[in-house]
Amino acid sequence: MNLIQYVEEKLSPKKQLPDFKAGDTITVHYKIKEGDKERVQQYQGIVIQRRGAGASAMFTVRKISNGVGVERVFPVNSAFIDKIELNKQGVVRRARIYYIRQAKGKKARIEEKQHNETEVANAPANAKPVAAAAE
Amino acid sequence: MSGLIGRKIGMTRLADEAGNFVACTVIQAGPCVVTQIKTEEKDGYAAIQLGYEEATDKHTPKAEQGHFKKAGTTNKKRLIEFKGFEKELKAGEVVDVTIFNEGDFVDVAGTSKGEGFQGVVKRWGFSGVGSRTHGQHDRQRAPGSAGASSFPSRVWRGKKMAGRTGGVRAKAQNLAIFKILPEKNVLLVKGSIPGYNGSYVIVER
Repeated sequence: MNLIQYVEEKLSPKKQLPDFKAGDTITVHYKIKEGDKERVQQYQGIVIQRRGAGASAMFTVRKISNGVGVERVFPVNSAFIDKIELNKQGVVRRARIYYIRQAKGKKARIEEKQHNETEVANAPANAKPVAAAAE
Repeated sequence: MSGLIGRKIGMTRLADEAGNFVACTVIQAGPCVVTQIKTEEKDGYAAIQLGYEEATDKHTPKAEQGHFKKAGTTNKKRLIEFKGFEKELKAGEVVDVTIFNEGDFVDVAGTSKGEGFQGVVKRWGFSGVGSRTHGQHDRQRAPGSAGASSFPSRVWRGKKMAGRTGGVRAKAQNLAIFKILPEKNVLLVKGSIPGYNGSYVIVER
């Protein structure tokens, strides 16, 4: 094995996260330190991209906050991520949906993935809210 | 000064105890074998010569093969001398990453990446002309004057000019050791070090 992969495997804690990709709507529960108090902040938005591999993998989440587009980039293996909820699986054709930044109105919508019955039965546990929505 | 010979493997980023990411360089350092002890009486100065990486007979000159035989070791690819090694060593002894501790500050020397023929802005950090307007044309990254006039009527020796950049010995100083993985002879230092991935480096404390 490549030494860098070895080092990352050894020293970078792997997180158990749902399998999300560009176009999905997720909620990131992010730990924030204020003084010596710690609280969890929720950030919900559309995943625009996942990039990088191994310990340096990142993902970008975009949301519209008070009419202003906000994008936040999180490291996938960050210790500050408490958990991630997969709210909606979107149907998009690209891995990086930058066009959503310019899209307005109807174009800015993302079609939700429709599950047929077998898929719902086989869906992983973390995809449950989506399965429920599809029914 | 204790040290080791190694190879730069590449960079990654890892989380520290607080969870913040730290950019680290992965170095495969050692194990090195002591191939010669130089002494004040015999050689005029005291030093320890370390060898790194196995070499075949085919790729080792006969003279060097004799040198390794005398030390009682196998052939090595790289030999480096260290002055004032902190540990007492004998020829044939093996030195590995355990001579360092996590949190130590080390210097890493290597050969910087060759950048080819570069202008003075990149090579020496000149600021260039600084303006695109006010009569300037085609000389935004020009070096300006090379010196004064009738005195000295020549260009001073060592004047900084354009030319081959990089590809010379460079040293990154005071890098903290982030982690040590002795089972793979891996040393992780905070920050970057000179040279290409796979190039030889010297780690010293």
